[in-house]
Amino acid sequence: MKRRNLLQRILCFSVIVVFMSIPAWGADTIKIGVLGPMAFTQGEGHWNGATLAADEINAQGGVTVNGAKRQIELIKVDTNEFLSVPDATNAVELAISRFNADFLTGGFRTEAVTVMQDIAMDNKKIFLGCGAAHPELCERVATDYNRYKYWFRVTPINSKFLVKVDFILLGTVAKIMATQLNIPKIKVAIVAEQAAWNEPIVSVAQKKLPEMGMEVVGVWRPSPVATDVGAELSAVQRAGAHIIFTSFSSSVGIPFAKQLGELKIPAAPVGINVEAQKQSFYDATGGKGDYTLTINTYARVKITDATIPFFDSYLKRFGEAPNYTAGTYEALHILKEAIERANSLDSDKVVMELEKTDRPGTAGRLVFTKDHDVTWGPGYVTGLGTQWQDGKNQCVWPMGWEGVTYEGVVPYKLPPWIVEHYKK
Amino acid sequence: MLQDIIINGLVNGSIYALLAIGFSLIFGVARIVNIAHTAFYMLAAYFIYIGFHYLGAPPVLAIVLAVPATVLTALVCFRLFIDPIQEHEAAVLIATIALAMVIQEALLVVFGGHYLGVPPLISGYVELLGVRVTKQHVLALGFVLVALALVWVLLMRTRIGLAIRVTAQDREIANLMGMDVRRVAMVTMAVSVMLAAVAGAIVVPLTVLDPHMWMHPLIMMLAIVVLGGVGSVKGSLLGSFILGFAEALVVFLIPMGAFLKGSVALSIMILVLLIRPEGLFGVAFEEER
Repeated sequence: MKRRNLLQRILCFSVIVVFMSIPAWGADTIKIGVLGPMAFTQGEGHWNGATLAADEINAQGGVTVNGAKRQIELIKVDTNEFLSVPDATNAVELAISRFNADFLTGGFRTEAVTVMQDIAMDNKKIFLGCGAAHPELCERVATDYNRYKYWFRVTPINSKFLVKVDFILLGTVAKIMATQLNIPKIKVAIVAEQAAWNEPIVSVAQKKLPEMGMEVVGVWRPSPVATDVGAELSAVQRAGAHIIFTSFSSSVGIPFAKQLGELKIPAAPVGINVEAQKQSFYDATGGKGDYTLTINTYARVKITDATIPFFDSYLKRFGEAPNYTAGTYEALHILKEAIERANSLDSDKVVMELEKTDRPGTAGRLVFTKDHDVTWGPGYVTGLGTQWQDGKNQCVWPMGWEGVTYEGVVPYKLPPWIVEHYKK
Repeated sequence: MLQDIIINGLVNGSIYALLAIGFSLIFGVARIVNIAHTAFYMLAAYFIYIGFHYLGAPPVLAIVLAVPATVLTALVCFRLFIDPIQEHEAAVLIATIALAMVIQEALLVVFGGHYLGVPPLISGYVELLGVRVTKQHVLALGFVLVALALVWVLLMRTRIGLAIRVTAQDREIANLMGMDVRRVAMVTMAVSVMLAAVAGAIVVPLTVLDPHMWMHPLIMMLAIVVLGGVGSVKGSLLGSFILGFAEALVVFLIPMGAFLKGSVALSIMILVLLIRPEGLFGVAFEEER
C-alpha cells in the first residue's frame, strides 16, 4: 500500500511540474515556423539560415520586448512542397494551430507559397517569404493591402528583375565573345526547361535578343527532369550557336552542364541554372560544370559588410555555401529589429516597423517596396552573376555595371575549348 | 541532321535496351512484372556513389562492388516479398510497386533530395559521322551488344539456361518433372537485376542521381516491352531503338517540343498496339519457346 501511495505522489508531482512549465515555455520564447521542403537543399537552406540567425540572436540574450529578453524558438515545418502542394498547406496549418508559431518564414514553390500565404494572412501571421520569386505574391499586397500586408518577400528579387539580370549577363558575355574572338554577330540558342515560369522569358528573349544585335538560332524546351540532353546539345551545335541562353530551375541543369562539358560544345552557357548556385553542383557534374554562368544571390564578395562574415559562418557551420533560401537568416534579423522597434509581438505593429526596414543585409541593402517586395537596383539588392571557375563558384557580375563593383568580383572566363574552336 | 538523328537514336535506344532486356527476361521466364526493376537500377547507382564518395574506391572498383550488392539486395527482397506470392501476378505487381516506393523513401531519408553524381568510366567524347558522342554513351552502345550476347549464351548454351527456358514454357510441368522452379526464378531474377545494375553503372555517370530517378526510365521501359511484345527479349531490343529514334526525331524536327519526346514515344507505342495488340514480337516469341 505504501509503495502505491508513493507512486501516486510521484505521478501527481510530475503532472504539476509539467503543467507549471507549459506557460513558462510560452512566455519566454518567440516561436518562428520555418517552412520549407526539408528533405531538399532548398529546405535545408531555409533551416540553416534561420538556425544561424536564431543562435546569434539568442547568444546576445534574445529579442527585447517590453524590457524583457525573449529567446527565439524555431519550429521546423516540412512543407514537402516539391512533391505535394496539399502537404504544404497542411504544414502551415500545423505551424499555426498546433505549434502556435508567432511568425512564419520560408516557402519555395510559388504554387505552394500562394496557398500558404493565404492561410497565414487569414490568421494575421507575418510571413517573411524566402524562396518564391513570382511577382504576384507581392502584387497581392498592393491590390488588397489590409489582407496581405503581413506578407514580405526577403529573397530572392522577383522574377521580373531576375529576367533583367539575365539579359544583362547575356549581353556581357556576348560582348566579351565578340571582342575576344572577333565574332561579328553572336548566335544564341535558347534552351529553357518546359515550365510555366519560362514562357515569358522565352518569348521576351526571342524578341529582345535581335534588338540586342544577336541572332536566335533556335529554341529547345527539354523536360525539367530530363536526364539526357545529348540530342539537344547536338542540335545546338549543329545550329552554330556561340552562346546557350539557359533557363533551368530543376534537375535538368545538371545533366545539361555535365554533357556540355563532356562534349565540349563550343557554346558558352549563360542564364539561369538554379542547380549551379549550389556548392554540390560541381561534384554532381563530376567537375564538368566549370564555366557555367548563372544568376545567384550569395557569393564570397563584399556586397555589404555583412556578406562575407555571413558567408564564412555558414560555410564553416554547414560545410557548404548558402543558397538563396538561406535568406531566412536575414528574415530573422529584420524581424528581431522590427519587434524591438514596435516593442510588441502584435502583427499589425510589427508590420508597420518591418515596412521601415533599411538594413545593409547579406545580399545587399534591404529596403521593402510599397508592395513589400525587395527593392532591386544599384545601391540596393542587385543579384549576382556567378561562374564556376576551377571548381569554385566565383562572382563575375556586377563588375562596373551602373557604377557597381563588389569587392572580390573576378573577370568572366570563356571556356578554353571555345577559345580554341573560334581562334582556329 | 540525318547523321545526328541516327547517332542520337542509337545512343538513346541502347540505354533503354539495357533496362528493357532485363525486365523482359524476368517477365518472360517467371511471369513477374517487376516494377521495382528500375528501382534496382537506381539502387546500383547509389551503391556506386557510396563506394566512390564514402569508401574512396576508384570508379571501376565501386561498380564491381555495387553490382553484386544490388543483386544480393534484390534476391533478399525476392525471397521476402515476391516468392511467397509468386503465383498471384496482381499481388506481385503491387508488391514490386511497394518495394520500389520503399527503396525510394529509404534513399530519400538517407541522402535527402539532393542531386548527386558519379564519375564516368571513360571521360571525353568521340566524333561519329561528325556528331559528338561521349565515350560513356559509346560504352553503353557497346555494352548492349555484349549483354545480348551473354543473355543468348546463358539461355541457349548452359544447363541453367535450358532450365530457364523450360520453366518459361510451362512452370507446372517443369515442377512436376522435378525441377526446382523457385531456384530457376531466383537465378533469372539475379540475371535480370544484374543487367539493371550494370545499366545503372553505365548510364548514371551521364545523368544525375536522385531518389525519384527510377520513375521516368520505368515508364519508358514499360512502353518498350509492351511495344516489343511482353516477355520478348528481341522485341524489347527493337522497341528500345524505335523509341530511341522517335525521341531523337522529336528533338531535331520540333525543338520547341523537345519536352514531348517521351509523350511522342508513348504515342507510338499506343499506335502500334492499336494495329497489333500483342506488340511487335508477342506471338513470335511464344512460338519460339
